[in-house]
Amino acid sequence: MSRTPVQFRLNGSDKAVFVEGGQNLLDTLRRDVGDFAPKYGCGQGTCGVCTVLIDGEPHLSCLTLAEAAAGRSVDTTSGLADGPNLHPLQQAFMDHFAAQCGFCTPGMLMAAKALLDKNPSPTREEVVEAISGNICRCTGYEPIINAILDAAGGRR
Amino acid sequence: MLEFRKDIFADERDDDLNEIGKPTQRQDMLGHVTGRTRYFDDHAFEGLLHLKCLRSPHHHARIRSIDTSAAERAPGVRRILRASDVPVNLNTLLSLLQFGKDDEPSLAENEVRYVGEPVIAVIADSEREALAAVLQIRVDYEVLPHILDVEDAIKPGAMPVNPTYPENTFTYHETYNRQQLRYGDVEAGFREADHIHEERYQMSPIEHAPTETNGAIAAPETNDRIVCHTSTQGLFFSLDTSAKILNVPSNRLHFIGGTVGGGFGGKVDSLCEPLAILGAMLTGKPVRYAFDRTEEMQYGPPRGAERWFLKDGVMNDGRIVARQLTGYFDAGAYTRLSSYAVVKCTAHIPGPYTIPNISSDVYCVYTNRTPATAMRGFGVTGVDFALECQMDKLASLIGMDPVEFRILNAYRDGDMKAHRREAHNCALVECAQVAAEKASWPIREEFKRMNSYRRDSATTPATSTAPIPRMPDPTKPPAAATPQPRTPPVAPPPPRPSAPPSFQQPSAPTTSPQTIPPPEAPSQGRPAPGRTGVSRFAGRSSSISGTRRR
Repeated sequence: MSRTPVQFRLNGSDKAVFVEGGQNLLDTLRRDVGDFAPKYGCGQGTCGVCTVLIDGEPHLSCLTLAEAAAGRSVDTTSGLADGPNLHPLQQAFMDHFAAQCGFCTPGMLMAAKALLDKNPSPTREEVVEAISGNICRCTGYEPIINAILDAAGGRR
Repeated sequence: MLEFRKDIFADERDDDLNEIGKPTQRQDMLGHVTGRTRYFDDHAFEGLLHLKCLRSPHHHARIRSIDTSAAERAPGVRRILRASDVPVNLNTLLSLLQFGKDDEPSLAENEVRYVGEPVIAVIADSEREALAAVLQIRVDYEVLPHILDVEDAIKPGAMPVNPTYPENTFTYHETYNRQQLRYGDVEAGFREADHIHEERYQMSPIEHAPTETNGAIAAPETNDRIVCHTSTQGLFFSLDTSAKILNVPSNRLHFIGGTVGGGFGGKVDSLCEPLAILGAMLTGKPVRYAFDRTEEMQYGPPRGAERWFLKDGVMNDGRIVARQLTGYFDAGAYTRLSSYAVVKCTAHIPGPYTIPNISSDVYCVYTNRTPATAMRGFGVTGVDFALECQMDKLASLIGMDPVEFRILNAYRDGDMKAHRREAHNCALVECAQVAAEKASWPIREEFKRMNSYRRDSATTPATSTAPIPRMPDPTKPPAAATPQPRTPPVAPPPPRPSAPPSFQQPSAPTTSPQTIPPPEAPSQGRPAPGRTGVSRFAGRSSSISGTRRR
């Protein structure tokens, strides 16, 4: 099978990998680069645990061809903290106990970051809309929504 | 936010609850928010191989032949696993507790018994190549009749679903085809009842749908051991199950897990670990076997469906005097944990209510459906759905408030349960009162004053050392009641009683003539429990250890 070289920036660092035709960005990040923060949940774009940012926009990496990331900037939860200092969203998720099993958390954080980067003072409805593609099967939506609102307030 | 009602059972408390009620950070939270938490699939292995299964497309079929020749030549394929490759290809999960007979193969042998049953496993360099090779396997099936309904399965002469249990019911104590509970005389109770109400209840199977699917990665380690990263909820349960199926000492297996991306009971069946480890042993390479979403939803074990037939006898004053239950647990094609669910269910019957006459028969039934497993209170949740629907219907039938109806019939400390154990640490009365208060649901003053310590709160001092009065004999008229005419079950509800039920002041059991023998309970075998200190919270739990939180 032919393999294609793909270069992109991941959390601010240059990456170069060879990908197979049809290979998705999620597998590329997890298996080829070793960034395990984005998760596999459904492979069908319905659960949101694979959410990453491409040039600041949230994307479902399980439905995104790796080649589509070529030359672009990809952000995952692995790069959210500034060294030892947590991002305000991470701190708010901790403060609000906004995780149980934690499996949806990296995707939730990326969806929330995409929202706050564009809309620093969202309403509750806008927060709900922003994470509507992210399933938390432990059903901890209330603390997650409160955490995102709190992080937004803290950045004001 | 949390609210502590220490006024409830205040005289039984000597705790100060220093930690409870104060937020304490989870030890795994930092890993969750930084994406550093490692689930089973978050481990990199050089040369990782991928295992995928060919699954049965039929509810029930005989396997005439299997042709894997094309799959073996397919690109990337390293190894094909057949039933004959599995060292001990028959197991039942609870055999680790000496409960039940081995009845389920890891890979189907000769027959398939549910849609999705694994038949052949392919191990290849990539998931895509494994899936492509699976499609090239040719299986010649002879499709056989199947059974999908629990009542069809127990009809005389029904086709055996599972050859280990040819009657299509699990065998308890090598003798019984059900869990049976008898207390009092249910027929006498029905004769005394003002109303009889019968209902049929049916629930569906429920998939846990965890965001992380079931899976495991096994890899050769040093010292001839195999390391296994797994999504299991029961690490040592899965380890011992794998050791049994693979016929190796458990110290050859190094299981790493406990970090579960949502389980809810659906990650105890140890379906992935044995085949992943077998693949690693036979290829000498790391092998990953994980369900995709379709496999998780279609073939992953669900909470099993239950069917219930309930018949209750209830008096116009609100007392339930007889309850008869027949339940069928749909185990699917293999036992897994359904046999235990039926035991747990029977321990819960008749619900948290004191009923003097009870008859219950609960069956663990095999059908050609996906095998069922644990899920959040399994064994209790389904029957509780039926029981609480029934409680609402009974309350409506006699024109009584449903919350008051529950308070009236709730277990009190010292009541004898159908299982011949005294009820202790009862709290349903108080829970119902607080729930009514929070919901602004009006209940009458006398019901607000009732408590779980005793039935006759109005007359018996709390310091009484006398034995706790039991539920009065249903065959006796209530001490101060106006005799109620018998009403046929279809009659409209009688008017709401204006006075609290008269059995709040029962006459002493020994002074009234009895028309039938009392419930066959050890009447005074144990003294009434002490009422001081932490007795309510002392270790009286009798739940089966190890599995109660699934």
